[in-house]
Amino acid sequence: MSHVKMQGSIVVVGVGPAGIAAAWAAAEAGGDVLMVDNGAAAGGQIWRGGKALDRLSTKWLRRLERAKGIRRVGALVVSAEADRKLLLAETAEGGSVGVRYEKLILATGARERFLPFAGWTLPGVVGAGGLQALVKSGLDVRGKRVVLAGSGPLLLAVADLLREREATVVLIAEQARMAAIMRFGMKLASAPAKLIQAVVLKARLATVPYLTGCWVERAEGAERLKSVMLNQGGRRWRVECDYLGTGFGLIPNMELAGLLGCETGPGGVVVDARQRTSVEGVYCAGEAAGIGGVDKSLAEGEIAGWAAAGQEDTARALEGVRAKQLGFAAALGEAFGLREELKGLVTAETVVCRCEDVRMGALEGMEDWREAKLQTRCGMGRCQGRVCGGALEFLKGWTPAVVKPPVFPARVATMVAEDEV
Amino acid sequence: MDERFEIRIDGRTYEVERGTTVAAALLNAGVTRFHDAPGGEPRAPLCGMGICFECMVRINGEEGCLACQTVCRRGMEVVTR
Repeated sequence: MSHVKMQGSIVVVGVGPAGIAAAWAAAEAGGDVLMVDNGAAAGGQIWRGGKALDRLSTKWLRRLERAKGIRRVGALVVSAEADRKLLLAETAEGGSVGVRYEKLILATGARERFLPFAGWTLPGVVGAGGLQALVKSGLDVRGKRVVLAGSGPLLLAVADLLREREATVVLIAEQARMAAIMRFGMKLASAPAKLIQAVVLKARLATVPYLTGCWVERAEGAERLKSVMLNQGGRRWRVECDYLGTGFGLIPNMELAGLLGCETGPGGVVVDARQRTSVEGVYCAGEAAGIGGVDKSLAEGEIAGWAAAGQEDTARALEGVRAKQLGFAAALGEAFGLREELKGLVTAETVVCRCEDVRMGALEGMEDWREAKLQTRCGMGRCQGRVCGGALEFLKGWTPAVVKPPVFPARVATMVAEDEV
Repeated sequence: MDERFEIRIDGRTYEVERGTTVAAALLNAGVTRFHDAPGGEPRAPLCGMGICFECMVRINGEEGCLACQTVCRRGMEVVTR
C-alpha cells in the first residue's frame, strides 16, 4: 500500500465547527494550513449531511471553502508522536499518510455517553446522536415509532429531525429534573441566540411529550427492540417502538491528546485562555476541550487558529466571547447532571463492555480499569473502551485509561510505515 | 443527485439512493443482525459515527468494515454476521 508524506506549519485534526474556525483563522493570518479528517464532508457530526443547514453553518462552511492556503487530507489519524511532531493517518483505501506539523490544533470533538440498562444491546437501541447520523446518511424513518431517552439538549434536536423526516416521536424521556432545566432556561436568557434556538425547537416539538425525571428502565424484544419500560418517579409503563434513541450527554474525544501527552481532566483536554495544551505547540479547541456546544467550539477554534499563527492580539480579543461560552457550558453541565438512580439500572447480568460481552457482575470488587482489563478484557475490544469507558466513569468513578496507539484499529502496513517517515 | 443504483445484501439485490451509508441501507432493508457478539447475541449500529464497531459487516470480501462509515457504491456486496 502507498505511503504519502505531508507537512503543514499548522495542522488541524477534525473538520467540525472548531476545526473549521481554527483552520480559517490560521489561514486568514497567513498560515500554511493542513486539515486532517477521516474523509467525511466538512462540518463534523453536528453539521453533517448539509441539507437543512442554518445560517451559522452556511457562513462557516463558505468561509472554509473560500479560504486560501488550506489543504485537506482525508485520512483517519491512528497514531501520533509529540517528540517528532508527527501524525500517522490512514486513508479509506488503505494508504498511510505521515503528517509533520509545527503547530497542531486538536479539534477531535465528542462522542455520546451511553449508560447500560437491561436490553440496551438489542438491535433497534441506537444512540440518539447515532440515530441522527443514520437518518442524515439515508435511514428511512417514515412512519417509525421512536422513543428518545437519556439527557441533554441533543434529544430535542434529534426529535426535531425525526419529525421532519416523518417519524412518530412517541416521547422524549429526560432524566434531569424539571427544576434544574428551568434554572438552565433562565440562564439562557443571557444568551439570546441560544434562547431563540431553544424556543424554536420547543415550539416545533409542541406535540411531542417531553417528560422530565423520566428514563428507560429496560428495552424489550427477542431479536430486536419491540418496546421499552419507562419509569417516571416510580410510575412504570410500557411503550411500543421501532427505535430507541438513547444518549446521556457527550464525552470529549481525548484519545489523540492523551497519546501526545497532553494533560487531560474529567471535563476535557486541559487548555489555557489561548487553547494551548500542556504540550508545546499543541492546541485543543471545541468539545474535546470541554462540552459546550457549537458557539463555544467556534470561539475556541478561532482563538486556537489565531494563536497558533502568532496573532496573539486577535486571539485575545475573543476572550470575552470565550468566557461567556464557558459560562454556558458550566450551566449546561449542571442542568443535565446524571442522577444517582441511573446507576441502579445496571444489574450483575447487564452487559457493560459490548465488544467483549463483559457483564457488570464480572467487575464486582474491582478497584480500577487496570484490574478490570487484566481480569476480564473489559474495554479491550475494538472500541478500546470508548463505549464502556464513559459508562464506567459514571457507574464506578473510573477514569478512562489512556488509549495506546493505534487509537483506531490500524492496518499493519500503516504502523510499519511510521518508522520510514 | 437523485441517483439510485443496486447493491447486494446477503445475496439479495436492493436499490439504494446515492449517498446512503451501508448501515442505513441495511436497516432500510430490514436487517437487524449486523454481526454477533462474542456470546452470540445479535448486534446492530449503536453510535452511528465509527466508534462502537457494532455495525461491522463484510464489504466486497473485506471483513470488519464499519457500515456506518462506508457509503454505498454501485454493485457493492455486503454480507452480515
